[in-house]
Amino acid sequence: MVKFTEKERSTIRAIWEKVNIDEVGPDALARVLIVYPWTERYFGTFGDIFTASAVLNNDKVRAHGKVVLKALDEAVKNVDNIKKTYAYLSRLHYEVFHVDPDNFRLLADCITIAIACKVKSALDPQVQATWKKFLSAVVDAMNSQYY
Amino acid sequence: MSLTAKDKDTVKGFWAKMSGKAEDIGTDALSRMLVVYPQTKTYFSHWKDLSPGSAPVKKHGKTVMNGVADAVSKIDDLTGGLLTLSELHAFTLRVDPANFKILAHNMLVVMAIMFPVDFTPEVHVAMDKFLGALARALSEKYR
Repeated sequence: MVKFTEKERSTIRAIWEKVNIDEVGPDALARVLIVYPWTERYFGTFGDIFTASAVLNNDKVRAHGKVVLKALDEAVKNVDNIKKTYAYLSRLHYEVFHVDPDNFRLLADCITIAIACKVKSALDPQVQATWKKFLSAVVDAMNSQYY
Repeated sequence: MSLTAKDKDTVKGFWAKMSGKAEDIGTDALSRMLVVYPQTKTYFSHWKDLSPGSAPVKKHGKTVMNGVADAVSKIDDLTGGLLTLSELHAFTLRVDPANFKILAHNMLVVMAIMFPVDFTPEVHVAMDKFLGALARALSEKYR
């Protein structure tokens, strides 16, 4: 199980405090769909998500981006128990949505980049390392119910 | 996943904006790679100082970005244009090609930080594709 030091916990919270879920969520999800277009396969009910401009103007993408980041808030709040917190989500993505778990890694990278755009130099190398450790734990937890 | 004409134009356009800061980008990307992905430090055991912004990191950041600049100028034939660099990485440096992705990710993070407005999703995908194509060209001579 991943253990976080007190310093790491406060670093994660400090970065998270700077994140506006309503902005970063839609940006991160839009980037996933635009940079890794094969992810479009999971959003058949979203309408037109087949060009960059369509993705950026899509209300369902915007709404779902917020949903995804709200879920990440749960991980921030339960940083010492991410696996248990996300067990239900992992099962859901496996059994209901049939999502290839490699996509969780891609989403994590896009979340980092979206946050980088917003907080800029506040994401220094050490902070980026801590944030990556956190997201790796999240990605692991999302993989945990795939068997 | 080859580069379209639009991708190449986007890369050249964004490169024109960032080339003035190329050394800073190289230094920062390399610094982050060494801190966030400590396994990459194994390639630099001969450096005295691996900390962010140190002299060897700065010097090597510049070397790497000179390579990227070269690749931009040879964007129509990366495999042919980067043959010598590929031989260097394959036979002398023997860098596990998985690390190209890691460095590329850190370059993208730095671009996002330094050019938050210009690093739109469209620029992001073009640069990601370009760095991926660059990595493939570097891996050409591996086996």
